[in-house]
Amino acid sequence: MIRSTKNFWTGLIYIFFGSSAIVLARDYGMGTATKMGPAYFPSILGGLLIIIGIISLIQSFLQSRTPIGKFAFKGMALVLGSAILFGLLVRHTGMIVALPLLILISAYGSNDFKWGTSILMAIGLTLFCIVVFLKGLGIPLPIIGPWFGG
Amino acid sequence: MDLFHNLAIGLSTAISLANLLYCLIGVFVGTLIGVLPGLGPTATIAMLLPLTFALQPVSALIMLAGIYYGSQYGGSTTSILVNLPGEAASVVTTLDGYQMAKQGRAGVALTASAVGSFFAGTVATFIIAFFAPILSEMALKFGPAEYFSLMVLGLVASVVLAQGSLLHAIGMVILGLLLGLVGTDVTSGTQRFNFGIPDLADGIGFVVVAMGMFGLTEITRNLEQQESRTIMAKITTLMPTKEDWKRMIAPILRGTAIGSAVGILPGSGSILGSFAAYSLEKKVSKNSAQFGKGAIEGVAAPESANNAGAQTSFIPMLTLGIPSNPVMALMIGAMIIQGIQPGPSVITEQPVLFWGIIASMWVGNLFLVILNLPLIGIWVRMIMIPYKHLYPAILAFCCIGVFSLKNTEFDIFFMALFGFLGYIFSKLECEPAPMLLAFILGPMMEEYLRRAMLLSRGNPLVFIQRPISATLLTLALLAMLAVLLPSFRKTREELKE
Repeated sequence: MIRSTKNFWTGLIYIFFGSSAIVLARDYGMGTATKMGPAYFPSILGGLLIIIGIISLIQSFLQSRTPIGKFAFKGMALVLGSAILFGLLVRHTGMIVALPLLILISAYGSNDFKWGTSILMAIGLTLFCIVVFLKGLGIPLPIIGPWFGG
Repeated sequence: MDLFHNLAIGLSTAISLANLLYCLIGVFVGTLIGVLPGLGPTATIAMLLPLTFALQPVSALIMLAGIYYGSQYGGSTTSILVNLPGEAASVVTTLDGYQMAKQGRAGVALTASAVGSFFAGTVATFIIAFFAPILSEMALKFGPAEYFSLMVLGLVASVVLAQGSLLHAIGMVILGLLLGLVGTDVTSGTQRFNFGIPDLADGIGFVVVAMGMFGLTEITRNLEQQESRTIMAKITTLMPTKEDWKRMIAPILRGTAIGSAVGILPGSGSILGSFAAYSLEKKVSKNSAQFGKGAIEGVAAPESANNAGAQTSFIPMLTLGIPSNPVMALMIGAMIIQGIQPGPSVITEQPVLFWGIIASMWVGNLFLVILNLPLIGIWVRMIMIPYKHLYPAILAFCCIGVFSLKNTEFDIFFMALFGFLGYIFSKLECEPAPMLLAFILGPMMEEYLRRAMLLSRGNPLVFIQRPISATLLTLALLAMLAVLLPSFRKTREELKE
């Protein structure tokens, strides 16, 4: 019976990363203790991580801890999704579309989202970013992208 | 005397018009993020780092340093006025600061905090100026074995102070070390863990990791629990009474001493110092009955301590090239980007930079007193900005900032990935700070391990045969054992509450 879901999942994550490191490192050449190859250090670390993961798994059956809190899927999806969407779009549509989208989508994650203020904010921030980052600091992002003939 | 000669060089750098301006920008931004909800110095410095590429190295570092210690001032303002700590280090200030505000003494509390911080900042500046050269000289004798052991100690210290399970914190460190190894192996030229993605040839950018795990994760977490802020207190007078001054002096002195000492320890920074100073004051003060009910000592001591600690935590970074907290890790990154190899040679090879940063801290503290006392009205209005209007802007700046690092949208995707990982880990109560430190140290540790083992012809005993290395490892072991002691465990848990 699992008594600490936190320890259980952390253990699994550590075992996953630890064993991935060891498996991937097999292609790199171990070397010797005197002349360590590229696989040496990561393999040691991977091994340690697996051991810690296993201990954590064992603990999960012995120690009780508060259960994992609820995931805020909506907030997470909107925040991370809007960032990814911005990355996908910005070169094609330019800032003028990608940035307002980022702001509106992420703002939608707030408990009291209002269209009016959010649209105003999107316009203001987009202008600000274009002036400061693109014009002022010369970051090479298009204002209007090729999809809109820019 | 050498000390004053060096400080004079530094001061002449720090008060050049351009550097004064960058220092002012730094402390202004620092105070701002301290006051604003949900934005910490780590995420801010990560966000602004790309903008500093174009600056002179000394100006860039002066500004970034200003953001860090400036945020300590701003953080206490919100603690006092709205009972919400702006920064982790000002958590204890809420206990008595907010009580004072409720009694109509908000202004006095703000003055106590600013005066204490200024005094502590001044003393800490001299402490850095005095100890940094000594430590640098010592560190020049360090071989690879000593460096490796020093890094072990630094990582252990960060683990000891981390929240949640000790075992999981160690796991986070190892995971951080592993992630730091992604990319080209310097010695053999082998591409490691890059899944054939050419963008990963130089490894995962630490700014990408920092922005993901500190910027995006924080936004997501804050969206879960949206707070409303109301200022209960009005600021009437800033001037403490004669009685207040008298009661402030000793706590400020003690707070400064504790904060400075604790700040130097790797892995701690300013948070531990403020807690330690508060509990000491509570024990030794004549007015200990008033603590928690608006005792001025309970504001002056921790505020002095956190500012002193914020500054002395620069010592390991400046002298050894080893970060003691995530902010220092970013400063090291900033140096590397500017073409400066962090380490003990910085002081001799870049004296203007080194002393310029140190002197600028004193100048910055002076700015901060002005910004935080006469101009307090500005910040009071800033406190009221609701988080829902802030975070889309933070997100936008993160995306544009991370893109501008290498002009690739790939980094935005990776930032989102680390935001996701960071959120999962925060749910599992695994702290990201030790991971970020390990991430920066990973490649360096591997190099030092290799060199040490090469020199010792594969004999791992080299780490305990060399006295300095053995001492460092013993300290690391003791720190680890201390956590397992029941009494330490109890205090550690109390601190985090």
